[in-house]
Amino acid sequence: MNRFEYVRAGTVSEAVAALAADPSARFIAGGTNLVDLMKYNVERPSRLVDISRLPLDAIEERDGGLRIGALVPNATLAYDERVRARYPLLGDALLAGASAQLRNAASTGGNLNQRTRCYYFYDEGTPCNKRQPGSGCPAIGGVNRIHAIFGTSAHCIATHPSDMCVALAALDATVRVEGPKGERSIAFSDYHRLPGDDPQRDTTLEPGEIVLSVDLPERGFAERYTYLKLRDRLSYAFALVSVAAALDLDGDTIREARLALGGVAHKPWRNREAEALLKGKPATRDSFQAAADLIVREAQPQSQNGFKIELARRAIVRGLEQAAAGTPQSSSDKRIQ
Amino acid sequence: MLIESGSPVAADQRIDISLTINGETRALQVAPWTTLLDLLRERLDLTGTKKGCDHGQCGACTVLVNGTRVNSCLVLAVMKDGAEITTVEGLASLQGPGSNALHPLQEAFIEHDAFQCGYCTPGQLCSSVGLLNEGHAKSREEIREAMSGNICRCGAYTNIVDAIEDVMQAGGSR
Ligand SMILES: Cc1cc2nc3c(=O)[nH]c(=O)nc-3n(C[C@H](O)[C@H](O)[C@H](O)COP(=O)(O)OP(=O)(O)OC[C@H]3O[C@@H](n4cnc5c(N)ncnc54)[C@H](O)[C@@H]3O)c2cc1C
Ligand code: SF4
Ligand code: FES
Ligand code: FES
Repeated sequence: MNRFEYVRAGTVSEAVAALAADPSARFIAGGTNLVDLMKYNVERPSRLVDISRLPLDAIEERDGGLRIGALVPNATLAYDERVRARYPLLGDALLAGASAQLRNAASTGGNLNQRTRCYYFYDEGTPCNKRQPGSGCPAIGGVNRIHAIFGTSAHCIATHPSDMCVALAALDATVRVEGPKGERSIAFSDYHRLPGDDPQRDTTLEPGEIVLSVDLPERGFAERYTYLKLRDRLSYAFALVSVAAALDLDGDTIREARLALGGVAHKPWRNREAEALLKGKPATRDSFQAAADLIVREAQPQSQNGFKIELARRAIVRGLEQAAAGTPQSSSDKRIQ
Repeated sequence: MLIESGSPVAADQRIDISLTINGETRALQVAPWTTLLDLLRERLDLTGTKKGCDHGQCGACTVLVNGTRVNSCLVLAVMKDGAEITTVEGLASLQGPGSNALHPLQEAFIEHDAFQCGYCTPGQLCSSVGLLNEGHAKSREEIREAMSGNICRCGAYTNIVDAIEDVMQAGGSR
């Protein structure tokens, strides 16, 4: 780990000022991603701004929805009674991620801003456009089994590894941030970005901005939802493909569908065309198959991850079936019904 | 040096912190990059807590911070200023001040033969105490899932779950 200055922030403005004063400073919350990356020399901040004591650790009712402070631990959020009752999709996605110990330490804001698990990104001995802009992307044509099938560029094919964010994308959350220029809100689908020709940027957060909260709208789709995560082992592993599905039904007819995929792109992957296609259709396997076909039509395989396309297609259909039946994937019984 | 909110501490300074470790409050000076794991093992000779991977991937370093289980390899000690830390060496003291009696989970691990080489055991024990404190896992399947953050290369998983289930059914004591 490199040597760094340490600043303990007592207020949000202190945190923003301490970060703005040093271009290579980083916020640290739970540390479960940043400390790991610092041990690999992938992150070498000259200053750490400790935000863990800021008063951003509450979950509050707001405008019929919930405001989740950036420092609310992943475990606290997953087990919060309001989340379990009204946003079980979010709770299940959180519990599908990492381990109990990591969820206790990990914060909402840190989860949002966690970096990719691309092997080359983690290995300072290899080139990587995300770590060192302009150095190249060895994952293209290299070891890319875990990489993206949607929205890739010639410069980066990494995925965003979060489970929580897949649920937040489906639920149409909003990210509230504060920076040197004041406060603003970012729609969830605009928060993470595609790699394009500047893959070093994961999000649209401006330099110096801090995440204050994630705000959930009123609708939580608590009746019909699922978070289905497919991975190399049944727990404590990142998603190869995951699906957050939520449905609102009128009898057998779909009134509204929400669908976001994880493990397949540089951001949680939502396809609004597919959601629109489902609207007004019967909640049957045929409809779900049509939506899945429409989504995977855009998929582009790399040399080793072509299996993800068929996996995604099937996971979408199964996820929508689980949601329609009101039988969400259990997070302890891993059989997929 | 003492820490003041909002003012940077230079990289060559040691920072004054206070930690209550296994019931004993200690004033310590740490570099900001010292992890809780390295502080425990290298400075305080509390080598019960193990370093398996140093990257959050194995759970061997699990300790309790204010009663909550975390991976001490990913915690910067300076950030936990003021906290209560319990390591495997302190599980007995959870039974009461000065107690030398083993924690019911330690008893159960012995009874159920819940280890072979023992390397992962301190982490498994602290993790299962954390699991009981959390109170979410009820069934065998839920215990397995909630313990997935602790890898055992010897594969003692079945007996570990047996031990935890046993203590849980006895309401946390035996
Ligand atoms: C072994 C392992 C397995 C894992 N498995 C999974 C998994 O299956 N699914 C999953 O989703 N995740 C998984 N994770 C990742 C874990 O969820 C993240 O490490 C965690 O959510 C990060 O939160 P943190 O508070 O610890 O962030 P930190 O490490 O403190 O910070 C991470 C980044 O976010 C920035 N940041 C933090 N808070 C803010 C804020 N309020 N505003 C702006 N920037 C901020 C920091 O500057 C830093 O760049 C795993 C991690 C490990 C180590
Ligand atoms: S996929 Fe992205 S993160 Fe991975 S090596 Fe290529 S540029 Fe780096
Ligand atoms: S040493 Fe901390 S998780 Fe492996
Ligand atoms: S007992 Fe040997 S690693 Fe678990």
